[in-house]
Amino acid sequence: MYVAVKGGERAIDNAHALLAERRRGDRKVTELSVAQIQNQLPLAVDRVMTEGSVYDPELAALALKQASGDAVEAIFLLRAYRTTLPRFGYSEPLDTEAMQIERRISGTFKDLPGGQTLGATYDYTHRLLDFKLLAEGEQPTELETDDRPLEPCPRVLELLNKEGLIEPSPKADARPRDITREPVDYPAERAVRLQNLVRGDEGFLLSLSYASMRGYGDSHPFAGEIRSGRVAVELVPEELGFPIVVADIALTECEMVNQFHGSKTEPAQFTRGYGVSFGYNERKAMTVALMERALRAEELGEAVNYPTQDQEFVLSHTDCVSANGFVSHLKLPHYVDFQSELEMIRRLRRETAERDGQTEEAEV
Amino acid sequence: MMSASTEQVANTPRQQWMAVLARADASQLEARWQALALQPEYQFIRQPEIGLTMIRGRVGGSGSPFNMGEMTLTRCALRLAGGTLGVAYIAGRDKQHALTAALADALLQEATQHDRLQAELIAPLAAEHQKNCVEREAKTRATQVQFFTMVRGEDE
Repeated sequence: MYVAVKGGERAIDNAHALLAERRRGDRKVTELSVAQIQNQLPLAVDRVMTEGSVYDPELAALALKQASGDAVEAIFLLRAYRTTLPRFGYSEPLDTEAMQIERRISGTFKDLPGGQTLGATYDYTHRLLDFKLLAEGEQPTELETDDRPLEPCPRVLELLNKEGLIEPSPKADARPRDITREPVDYPAERAVRLQNLVRGDEGFLLSLSYASMRGYGDSHPFAGEIRSGRVAVELVPEELGFPIVVADIALTECEMVNQFHGSKTEPAQFTRGYGVSFGYNERKAMTVALMERALRAEELGEAVNYPTQDQEFVLSHTDCVSANGFVSHLKLPHYVDFQSELEMIRRLRRETAERDGQTEEAEV
Repeated sequence: MMSASTEQVANTPRQQWMAVLARADASQLEARWQALALQPEYQFIRQPEIGLTMIRGRVGGSGSPFNMGEMTLTRCALRLAGGTLGVAYIAGRDKQHALTAALADALLQEATQHDRLQAELIAPLAAEHQKNCVEREAKTRATQVQFFTMVRGEDE
């Protein structure tokens, strides 16, 4: 329990002014604009949008600037901002098969209809620091283009589905529960788990995925397909009654393929794990897909032996804003609690000393 | 032609121009709108207002719907003096973009203005969008690979 304290207003004001000064840094260096962050740190922006759970690159860039580049603080700012806005309903479910592809790869098939397209990727870079970027002055990029259109890119897992070797995606059109409006009950349905994972902390999900793949779980899948690109968002405004396009947004999707040894009712087949993130956050989409599948253990009749397969363990600890809030609350005054514990330790010491003294006397 | 175009939903003419107005770069839309020098009389049904919509995806891309995350959205509805209703829902927080799009939507429904707006506003903005898509696709296409698998030692 923490207690209310008064005072310190001036110190707090001065601390905030000091923070602003430190955020600005050396004034001999040009100030960073929000547009620069949005354009030149786009992967940081994508992470803030995904975990902040609001698609708005400019706001995410502003939050990063305000937070001095601290992703968790920026995500908190975006989450706080969203609570000030009214909700204009729900979009139509996105048609990601109609994505304008900017990257599309598969770890399961070498040759695919539509081909494998790398797009802008850090894969295959040598991870050597590029000192040209440290030098002043812009480096020209010479870009090759290819005017032949991309072939249609059907979903890779549908190739397996044609043979009946993979479970079909569930096809219920029920209204999915929205965890921003309703609390989560366990066991949670798949739509709820997915919503939770998509806005979950990337580091936490990455480590859980790693643990799950190393043996603390039973999830060592194949990356069936990873695709990034732009997708149209449509919604049906109440005053129109028909769907309209409101934007194209950048998304990354991942479908993982896992083994499934079959059960009494199901033959041996492949199963799916699905992940998605705003922007070009492929690591996040992959970890969501890994954990989405790991958390299906119970419904697939697999043994739940590890925390990575435990819905309540995973889903109640994914949120970086909640996690950060709970850890940070230790900074609040716990003076009364601590005083009582201090008193208790002193009393126990005193009692032990007195007892030991009596024992010594008795032994004499 | 685009192979992976995002155009398939916009089927009625009104849906098509609304998509073009929503996707347009706000400054380009404004410049073209100002160049038309139209000053229609209108009343707001809904002042430009910023809010959120929850984006829904599908499990596995094609399965049951789920809530993916929200996006910012600005909407506006107005009525021209003649009674025509103009509506705009635009991603982001640009109230002027929503207002201009709603005005254009209303005027595009009026026979007197339709052809001019279609030719001088919608067609160039649609062409610009298409040009961006084609450029992006050409850059992407240049990164398409042919992988060759190597025979591993133990397979010999």
